[in-house]
Amino acid sequence: MSARHLAEAVRSGARSARSVLDEHLDAIAAREPEIHAFNVVLADEARVAADEVDRRVAAGEDPGPLAGVPVAVKDNMCTRGIPTTCSSRILEGWIPPYDATVVERLAAAGAVMVGKTNLDEFAMGSSTENSAFGATRNPLDTTKVPGGSSGGSAAAVAAGFVPLSLGSDTGGSIRQPAALCGVVGVKPTYGAVSRYGLVAFASSLDQIGPFARTVSDAALLLEVVNGHDPLDSTSIPETPADLTSVLDRGVEGMRIGIIEELSGDVLEGIAGDVRARLGEAAAALEAAGATVETTSVPSTVYGLSAYYVIAPAEASSNLARYDGVRFGLRVDAPTSGDMHTATRTVGFGDEVKRRIMLGTYALSAGYYDAYYGKSQKVRTLIVDDFARAYGRYDLLLSPTSPTTAFDLGEKTADPMTMYLTDVCTIPSNLAGHPSMSVPFGVGDDGMPVGVQVLAPAMGEPAMFRAAAVLEAAAPPGAAS
Amino acid sequence: MTERITRQDVAHVADLAQLSLTDDELDAFTIQLADILDHAADLDALDLADLQPTAHPLPLVNVFRADVVGPTSDRDEVLAAAPAVEDAQFKVPPVLGEGP
Repeated sequence: MSARHLAEAVRSGARSARSVLDEHLDAIAAREPEIHAFNVVLADEARVAADEVDRRVAAGEDPGPLAGVPVAVKDNMCTRGIPTTCSSRILEGWIPPYDATVVERLAAAGAVMVGKTNLDEFAMGSSTENSAFGATRNPLDTTKVPGGSSGGSAAAVAAGFVPLSLGSDTGGSIRQPAALCGVVGVKPTYGAVSRYGLVAFASSLDQIGPFARTVSDAALLLEVVNGHDPLDSTSIPETPADLTSVLDRGVEGMRIGIIEELSGDVLEGIAGDVRARLGEAAAALEAAGATVETTSVPSTVYGLSAYYVIAPAEASSNLARYDGVRFGLRVDAPTSGDMHTATRTVGFGDEVKRRIMLGTYALSAGYYDAYYGKSQKVRTLIVDDFARAYGRYDLLLSPTSPTTAFDLGEKTADPMTMYLTDVCTIPSNLAGHPSMSVPFGVGDDGMPVGVQVLAPAMGEPAMFRAAAVLEAAAPPGAAS
Repeated sequence: MTERITRQDVAHVADLAQLSLTDDELDAFTIQLADILDHAADLDALDLADLQPTAHPLPLVNVFRADVVGPTSDRDEVLAAAPAVEDAQFKVPPVLGEGP
């Protein structure tokens, strides 16, 4: 059942939030041991929250648009009194003294948080295999990865553990796992959703967004969490546009461009079945009245290289705070300097160390211009190219991921191969633009394919309208 | 493949980043970082001379709030998260090497 219908049933008194919760806790109990979507399931806290929703309904109050809807939150968002680990040993034992703004907004909307989901350590990865607490598995085929870094949030929705979850997306960490698990995943415009209480990875790229099984549910969740927050200085002050009320407006008259560089022969590795589904998606939009043509956005192919300098550079600075002094792990040593080094060496996993060193190198004397400076100029090039494209098109289209879900262990030995899975999603982060993945049929292996809809800054309404058209026209999804 | 980053470079950045690496880790990270920087070399083909760098997707401005006292974090709650505390302060090992 959709989140929208669950909330309607709870608000009207037709169903109790407690019965909705128990049903979802049963689903978790049945399959969580093989999926490992969660770092922690908060059954007791969730029962208290659900009973409170029921009490309010009984008292004639309205608990809000997500009344009694079970939600899961990626474990890099702070939860007061509940451990927040980022799936890293270095935050072992840390209990945040405050809630992230999104967590407060979920509670204020009547949602019931049932758990914190697994991720690649500090959101660095594309398969959720970099978690210090073990990998998450794809609910549609447990020999496959769920994608990453928000793999736990994607898997929790795909497995039916929750109808809604939140992830964070720095280079594709919501959209890529959404594609691989066959659910809807949205990276909103940079600044649309408050980052207050989101543990920082790369601050100029990070953005929180929703996972859902339907486009309409994703819009509902985004409307709950977006909007200005004085606690985030990068939060957009304008009132966000309505999304749920425009979903059925279609794409008649819209101009949509398929990004040639991310969809065809320019890049190696965009699989034939993914290209075939993209072509069918384009035809569906055309049938619904849009003008669809292939267009060139040349610099998008350079996004990956620029990203793997910029994101590690920002990470190397953000992760300097983990030094064993104020929170989390401390490995004792005779001097402070040795204590910092011992703590960081034991506390961080290999991928995090790799990115910290890469970023430190790119920012170090003698290499700054060659790597960081150059990558920032490429970022300008990408922003300019998108601006030109959006002069001619309302929306752009590409695959979300070059392939369907890959096998566990398939790419862990070679970081560069893993990074290449983000090639289609990274450009939107560099430009600060919204984009979303919509399930569109399956590949030759029967696993889901996602189509990515890209929009200019604040272009969420048109993006969601196109997503709704794609959802309605999509071939059957993967059988779970 | 050109030598984009040497073993000595990796040892140096590990030191700057306060990470201690074994010899095997140093070997593996050198190969992997060189591989990533090699991929980034595709940017060398671009003419970027006339472009300004972009550090951030939004035109950032300073944000001020009204100068009014609001709720703040509770000191004891914040200190409770620290590995070691003494007299309401974070406690660390000696900074300059001499033991207590």
